[in-house]
Parts: sequence; C-alpha cells; structure tokens
Amino acid sequence: MPTVTMNINGRQMSANVENRTLLVAALREDLNLTGTHVGCDTSQCGACLVHVNGKAVKSCTMLAVEADGADVETIEGQANADGSLNVIQQAFQDHHGLQCGFCTPGMVMSAAALLKENPKPTEAEIRNHLEGNICRCTGYQGIVNAIMAASGQSVAMAAE
Amino acid sequence: MAADGGMGFATKRREDVRFLTGRGKYTDDYSPANTTYCAFARSTVANGTIKSIDVSVAEEMPGVVAVFTGEDFVEVGGNPAGWAIVSRDGDPMKEPKRPVLAHGKVRHVGDAYAAVIAESLAEAMDAVEAIEADIEELDAVVNMADALANNDVLVHDEIGTNQCFDWGWIEDNRAATDEAIKNAPHVTTLELVNNRLVPNAMEPRCSIGEYDPGTGDYKLTTTSQNPHLTRLLISAFVMGIPENKLTVHAPDVGGGFGSKIYHYGEEALVLAAAKKLGRPVKWTSTRTEAFLSDAHGRDHVTKIELACEKDGTFIAFRTETMANVGAYLSNFSTATPTFLHGTLMAGNYTVPNVYVNVKAVFTNTAPVDAYRGAGRPEATFSLERVIDKAARELGINPVEIRRKNFVKPDQYPFASAAGLEYDSGNYDALMDGLEKHADLAGFEARAAESAKNGKLRGLGVNSYIEACGIAPSNLVGVLGSRVGLYDAATVRVNATGNISVMVGAHSHGQGHETAFPQVVADMLGVDPMSVEIVHGDTSKIPFGMGTYGSRSLAVCGSAVYRATEKIIKKATLIAAHMMEDSAENVDFADGEFSVKGTNKKVGFGEVALKAYIPHDFPIEDIEPGLEETAFYDPANFTYPSGAYACEVEVDPDTGKVDICSMVAMDDFGNVVNPMIVTGQVQGGLAQGIGQALLEHGVYDENGQLLSGSLMDYAMPRADDFPNLVVDHSYATECTHNPIGVKGCGEAGAIGSPPTVVNAVVDALQRGGHDVEHIDMPVSPARVWEAMNG
Ligand code: FES
Ligand code: FES
Repeated sequence: MPTVTMNINGRQMSANVENRTLLVAALREDLNLTGTHVGCDTSQCGACLVHVNGKAVKSCTMLAVEADGADVETIEGQANADGSLNVIQQAFQDHHGLQCGFCTPGMVMSAAALLKENPKPTEAEIRNHLEGNICRCTGYQGIVNAIMAASGQSVAMAAE
Repeated sequence: MAADGGMGFATKRREDVRFLTGRGKYTDDYSPANTTYCAFARSTVANGTIKSIDVSVAEEMPGVVAVFTGEDFVEVGGNPAGWAIVSRDGDPMKEPKRPVLAHGKVRHVGDAYAAVIAESLAEAMDAVEAIEADIEELDAVVNMADALANNDVLVHDEIGTNQCFDWGWIEDNRAATDEAIKNAPHVTTLELVNNRLVPNAMEPRCSIGEYDPGTGDYKLTTTSQNPHLTRLLISAFVMGIPENKLTVHAPDVGGGFGSKIYHYGEEALVLAAAKKLGRPVKWTSTRTEAFLSDAHGRDHVTKIELACEKDGTFIAFRTETMANVGAYLSNFSTATPTFLHGTLMAGNYTVPNVYVNVKAVFTNTAPVDAYRGAGRPEATFSLERVIDKAARELGINPVEIRRKNFVKPDQYPFASAAGLEYDSGNYDALMDGLEKHADLAGFEARAAESAKNGKLRGLGVNSYIEACGIAPSNLVGVLGSRVGLYDAATVRVNATGNISVMVGAHSHGQGHETAFPQVVADMLGVDPMSVEIVHGDTSKIPFGMGTYGSRSLAVCGSAVYRATEKIIKKATLIAAHMMEDSAENVDFADGEFSVKGTNKKVGFGEVALKAYIPHDFPIEDIEPGLEETAFYDPANFTYPSGAYACEVEVDPDTGKVDICSMVAMDDFGNVVNPMIVTGQVQGGLAQGIGQALLEHGVYDENGQLLSGSLMDYAMPRADDFPNLVVDHSYATECTHNPIGVKGCGEAGAIGSPPTVVNAVVDALQRGGHDVEHIDMPVSPARVWEAMNG
C-alpha cells in the first residue's frame, strides 16, 4: 500500500492507504481527523470541504495519493493559536450559523476560501458561493449573516 | 427573576464550539478497537420473490468475517408500528411483519436482503457484489389509486389488500358534515398532492453494535432522535435483548427531521452481528442508501371541499386522502396521516363541521413516516389552499376570509370541530403583525414595479395552527398509541454546587445544551454555565421519549422544570435546618435562602454541599443528597400558530419562481432563547420552501426512485432563498405547562408551503392566467405548463 505524506494543519502526517482511498477517508479513518465529514457520494454536499495547497477541494473527489506532498488544511486547524475561535468560527457562533453542526466544517472552510478571494462579498455573492455546500438545518440565513459579519460588514437582518 | 443568561436571553450556543472546531463526535466518528464494517445487499427491483441467495463466494472473499441473510432473522420479531389505527368498519389496521432483512420477498428498491461484515468497508462492499441473489422480479404497485383499485399486485400477499386502514375522523360527524355541504350556498373543491419528500439530514444514518461476552452487555451507538424508544423497540419487539443489557447511545447527531425517530433493521443487524462475532460492527449509510432506505415524508393525495356562506363564513371542511405508507409500516407511519393530520383539519377556524377520511396505502416504495411537521403540513396545505381558492371564487380578500373565521381571543379554551381543545392564541393579532411586517398594503406598488421588469408578482398569505408535544398519555392510549408521550428529567445538584441535568429529549441541532440550562439557571438563580445537560445515552438518562414533534421544551423542558421545583423544595428543608428555622419561614430567591424578616441567609452552593456532607443532618427527616427526577405528562397538546406572507416573482417566459420575501409571524408562547427559536423557524421555512418549489421524491411505474441522489433531488441551496424574516415577539402563553411554551421546531415547514403556492397562483391569476392550482414542487416546467398548457 502506498504511503502518503501530507502537511496537515502545519504538521507532517503519513498514512498507508490503498490506491482507491479517497482523501476524506484517509483524513477520517487513517489520521483520525474526523472533523471533516461525509454527507454524500456524489460530490454535492460540501461537508468534506478542505483546503489543498490553498484551494478549496471536496475531499471526497480526490484520491489520498493525489494529495501526497500537499499542504492540507482542515477544520481542526482553523482555531487561533491560543485555541480560541477564529474570526469566521466566532461569527458562526455569534450569528447562529449552525444547528446540528454536520455541514459546519465544510461551511467554515468554504467561507474561508471565499473571504480569501473576496474579502467583502455581497450577500448575493455569498449565497452564490455556497452553491456547493448543503445545510439542511439553518435555511442558510445564519450562515450568510455569519459570513457577512466575518468580513466586517453589517448584518442586514439581525438573526436575533 | 431572570438570571443573566436565563429565560429569554439570546445566549450563544455552547455546543457550537466543538462543532466549529471539528470536535463534534457523531456516530461515524467512533471506531472502537477491532471494529468490523458492514455493507448491505439491497434490492434493485421494487417487488420480487427471493428464490435463492448464494453467499458462498462472498463468504470466501478477502476480509469477510460473516454474511447474514433474512434466514438468520426468521426467529426474531418484526419492527412494529407504534400506533394502532381502527378502520371505519371497526377492523384493526393491517400490520404485515417488517423483518430485519427481507425474507421471501423484497418489497421496494433498497430493501436490504443480505449483509456482509468484513475487516474493512471496501472489502465488505466488494463482497456484497459477489452475493448471488436469484430474485424474480414481479410487477410493482407504485400509484396509490392503482394499489387500492385492484389486488392484482399486492405488496404483502398475506393481508390480501394494499389498504392498511380506512379511517374516519370524526366518524360521528360524517353525516352532519355531508348534510352541511349538500345544503351550503357555496362549495369550493380542490384536488391536491402533497409531494413525497426525502428528509436528507446531512448526516447519513450510522450504527455501531458492540457486545461484551464477559458481561453479556450490548451497546448500540446510533443516529437516533430517541435512544430510549429505540432500545425499547429492540428489546421488547425485535431482538428480545433484555433492556437492562442494552445501552443505546445517540451521540452528536447531524439532523433528523423525523427520519431518525424510527428503529431501522440495520440497528438490529449490527447488534446481532456483534454478538455473533464478538467484535464491534459498524454500518454507515451512503447518501444513495439514505435515499432508498430512510423513511420518506408526506406523499398524500387529497380531495378537499370547503362549504361556506356567500359572505365567506365557513360551514364545513371535508377531505378524502390517500396516504402512502410505502412497503412497510415504519414506527409512526400510522399516526402521521391520522391523529397528526385529521385533528388539525379545523385550522384556526370556528368552522362547525369537519370530516376527514384517510386511506393508508401500501406501495412498493420506501416506507413513509413523520417528517418535520408530520401530518400538520399536509392538513395546513389542504386547508389553506382551498381557503384561498374559495376567497377567489367569492371575491373576498384572502386575509379577510381568514379573519372572518378565526377563533377569537375570548373563545378559549376552544373545542375545534376536529376534536382538539385549543388552549390559547390570538390569530388576529398575528395577522395584524403580518400586515405591518410584510407591508401587505404596499404590495400593489411592488407588483407594478415587477411588471415593469416583465415579471408577474404574487402575494400569498396563510395562517396555521399546529399541535405539538402530543399528549396526554391517557388520551393517546385511547386513540391507539402504543407508547406514552411523557418525558423525563433528573436534576442532580453535585456537592460542589454545579448541576447535571439528565434529559430524555435528544438534541440534534436544537441547542438543548444551551437552552435547558437557561430554564434551570433561571429557577435556581445560578450561572447557566454551571448547568450541564446530559442526553442521548440510555445508561445515563431517565426514560424519556426523545425529540420530535416540537416537543422537547414543552414536554421535557417541563419535566426539567418540575424536577427543579423538587430540588428547590428539598433544598429549602436543608436550608431551614442550617438556619435553624422552619421551612415555611424560608424564602428562596436569586440563589439564596433566607429566613423571612431576619438577615439569616445561606447560599444555594452551601446547601448543596451540606446535602452531601450531612454530618449534622436530621437523617430521619431529610435524606442526604440533592437529586430529583420528574416525569411530565402534559395535560394537552400545545398549539403554536402563525401568520405567514410570501411574495414571489414569476418569469412568464420560463416559469421560474423567485421568492422575493417570506415573513413568518409565530406565536410560540414563552421563548427561552430567541436566537435558537429564530434559527428553528428559518430552517423550517427552508424545508417548506424546498417542498413548495424544489423537492420531490419521484418513483417511476416500476418503483425505481428517479430522484435518488443529490444530483436529481433538488435540495435547497443558499441562493434559493431571500432573507427569511422571522418574528416571534407576539406570544400567548401555553396555559397548561409550567414554562408556558408551545414549541417551534416544525412551524416553518408547516406554514410555508401553502403560502408559497398561494403566492404563485396569485401571480398567475394577476397575469391573466386562469390557474386554480399547481401541485408542488412548483417547478418552472409546471408553472410554464399552467400558463401555456
Ligand atoms: S461528501 Fe464530499 S461533497 Fe458530499
Ligand atoms: S447545521 Fe445541520 S446541516 Fe447545517
């Protein structure tokens, strides 16, 4: 079985995987990083979204062997160095951007990717960007509000 | 007095921190040492006779440790329906056995007939492919009318019919209702379909079975909304495992919406396999399996008649409904189209006559059961669509026709013609709020603006009432429920003064870990962060019925309240002893006990410590410890209500519908955490709008699920919605539970579908199209067809 070595959240990590093992399975099963979730088998839901070499990737669409040598960021590495929530995570808590929490890791990683490219997105741009992330709980309102807030913009309709 | 962060505060959720940092622990995140993996062989045909299943090759595949088929489970019991319905003719409903694995016949696509356990999931899946099943395909019955009309194709041969029951509610009102309709000056009739939905909680189901041969203890870790109910079903009906030898643990659960209420065969299978192998066995559903095997929702075909005076005064509602139960009876499948549907068929109205007929129908499709709202969305949709049509026919404004028939504030308690007693509400006040908040008066101007852009704008309004926290147990027992519908809580004040609260409710998105402490902290005058909620593990919590039907706060929250009252009572005795006075003279406020008229006081924390270090306790009078349990059985349902408005723009060229605004005014009684309540309503609205515009579980005539993946089944995405405006500041308290709360989890999904469809029909009518109704989902194709067809 091939060995893949990745720099995950700033740490070198290796796993022996089969050629057919998906990146998400390597993260969850082999490296015990279970914050990244699997919500579908057709690359639709975005629960598995991570960053690979700085780009948002659905980790169910990529083989683990393809990520050999890559820099990978997952939800487990998003908090501030002192363990406190980062700006996006904090905004999700402040604006009730999550309920069951299952889509949340993918949403946070997707939001981070958006704000890197577009630091002040409009509400429409946020909704458009989230096209690849499904949330069944929130109606997206809290998520949109959280991303607005995380980008330093006022939240039009306080989700009081 | 409200402690900071007590009742009514929009406290941020404490559980969010673990979810936001990837430290949530969902069932699939657990992998006990030595775990084996399970994969199922599922039928690819909707109806078939199992001639033979040859597992010999599969058994020899690499990594395979066991293969099971239906043969292995013929001795164990079936998974039962939780509610016995009696037909109009007095016959009991038909209850064919629902086995752990299909045996003899497969009855829907996705029906599991074999399971492989292997060292890895990949090996288990490979071996499933190697199972040689000789299944002779039979004609399938998918359409409900066909299923009832002839018995050529039977889902269950042994019952000789595809009709599960033919239920009348209230049968004694039938003749009067028929008579009223016959003599009415105006009758509006509407035929409609309440589309089948696939719940699609984002976390797929998952179950891990474990068995300890040393103690004989079983453990099931599973995606459940109600672990005690699951344990009861497995112990008492399916597997016969003694209840005290089985722990069911539902850890973090990624949404349920009803689909995780039920016990499923996969749970029994992993337990049986774990026992046989002496190793943990884990099954995780794929999304594809979820589409095929999770209980679906809705799927009613209804004809409704509304009889009224020319001035719009309602005289009678009469409905005939066919309700699909799919191939097997899921646990609440018989309650959903009956007592959760028929009893709501008087809506918010003083209508004197209601009669509801429901025929439940077996088909070769996945089982159908309660999905967010469960029966109440179906009732509301039928009522609020036919009312809109009647208003149009009579030339009455849709707001006015509703107001004309509303139960008025001075009429409570109000006995509805459908058999419920509404305890409180004020529907006019909600409608007043809606008129303002949604600026109904400004609609014409907005419609003119849309017209300039070549769009047809429509306005839909709706009012709904629902019944939450179904109860009391003695009533539901008379009506056929096989379970009680109380809930339970234990409040344990620890020696150091912090508090553990063990609850029967289960949180899978509802924020109980934050909201329940707000209730306790408020009563005890302590910091909410000193209160922890324990839920989801039958070895730790009292026997509660779990979370569904918007019941958690109204029922379990009330149990928490009652248990906390007992704590205060006992702590008062201890405090009196400490202050050397009698309990009658002791007051408790803001976390302090004091003797009336003196400056003697003792803090709650000191009392807690004394309870556990009772050196000078009058042991004959007061037991040590400070822990109390309450079981709470409500006196009645709770009755949340609301008034909703939706504006849509229809593109006449494409038929595409855009939601311009959605405003929800709800009366939930008292609100513990307004932020959480707002989120619950927004989530419900999204599911309701999804039902109205996008979602549809479609089977073809052969019983193949056409919308069987997230590529084909249109799940709502962020850009399908505008901002969802939610206001629950208006409240009439529930009169019979101690917190005065009503429940908010399902409201949005109940109130929004008719609001959206009313708006679309309004838009088309305003555009000069003579369209009376469009079935959901109101897709561009259907709208275009309605305009041009
Ligand atoms: S699991 Fe990767 S998109 Fe759904
Ligand atoms: S919070 Fe549950 S799926 Fe998004």
